[in-house]
Amino acid sequence: MAHHHTEPQITVLPPDTAKIKKLWMTALILLVITVLEFIVAFTIPHEYKDLRVWIFITMTIVKAAYIVGEFMHLRYEAKFLLWSILVPIIFIVWMLVAFIYEGVAMADGKL
Amino acid sequence: MASTSATATASWDGGSSPMNASYGKLMMWFFLLSDAFTFSALLITYGLVRSSHAAYEGAVNAFSFSQTYWPVPEKVFEAVPFLHGMELPLVFVGIMTFILIMSSVTMVLAVEAGHRMDRVAVEKWMLWTILGGLTFLGCQAWEWSHFIHGTEAGGVLRDGTTFFGANLALNQYGPPDFAAFFFFITGFHGFHVFSGVCLNFLVYYNTVMGVYDRRGHYEMVEKVGLYWHFVDLVWVFVFTFFYLV
Repeated sequence: MAHHHTEPQITVLPPDTAKIKKLWMTALILLVITVLEFIVAFTIPHEYKDLRVWIFITMTIVKAAYIVGEFMHLRYEAKFLLWSILVPIIFIVWMLVAFIYEGVAMADGKL
Repeated sequence: MASTSATATASWDGGSSPMNASYGKLMMWFFLLSDAFTFSALLITYGLVRSSHAAYEGAVNAFSFSQTYWPVPEKVFEAVPFLHGMELPLVFVGIMTFILIMSSVTMVLAVEAGHRMDRVAVEKWMLWTILGGLTFLGCQAWEWSHFIHGTEAGGVLRDGTTFFGANLALNQYGPPDFAAFFFFITGFHGFHVFSGVCLNFLVYYNTVMGVYDRRGHYEMVEKVGLYWHFVDLVWVFVFTFFYLV
């Protein structure tokens, strides 16, 4: 072929079926947890507010772990990278605790 | 990019990559961390303001909109397109969640295809991802429109007048802050989805033009993929703390 620039030689590898299956499994888990959240939302009465909230928070954290760990591949990255991303989250946790504490105090008329 | 056993012995003295990731990928991670702080600030402030307002104490079935307590979300978000007048609590948000999760899978499949240098498969999965993103944005546009225009009955404001829908100052659903947070949180997330769709399109275009084949790797798909999964991740939290709790 008399091209002036040669197109790069590309070797296409076959699909990694084990990996693809795992990705679909992750998606299935995420969907099942979401369906469970709906079931909880409409079966556990609103009177059990604390129980509902804690179930929702737990399920949300599980979903987040699957998205970050599997989809974003963080579970398989170098450990130093993993902790560089996870450790700063502690500031978010502290902000959450402090702000909700403050909000409840405001509702009680203490502030 | 390929993980090697060299990581374990990598030093910080230079000449090696202790985090075993490219500069671009690392910076995407740290950008996303900072973005997580921004979204947390919005959601946690929502938590503060909500818990500082009186909660609705009565039976959920007897709920009605009032300015004196925070609304029950499932009573606010119960409309679905084409099913006017039917009470379908959280069904539409559920559909939106499903769409976003599915578009996250197609994105990660595009990344997998990129690792194998399979241009045709990358194109296919990127198109599905873009379609999912656009569908989500369409759903959100409908939801905003419905929220702004309100229900047929409307709600009574503090001065006794009836108000329909919502803006940043007044709304029929509850205290003014409720609508303000709806607009800011879902709006900020929607803007992320919009920029994600733009980036996805850019990657699709470059793939079609053979840019990544010439470059010899598809790492851009991976980097934009990280951003797209983050958008999905944020939605998981918005869904829980704005719609479910």
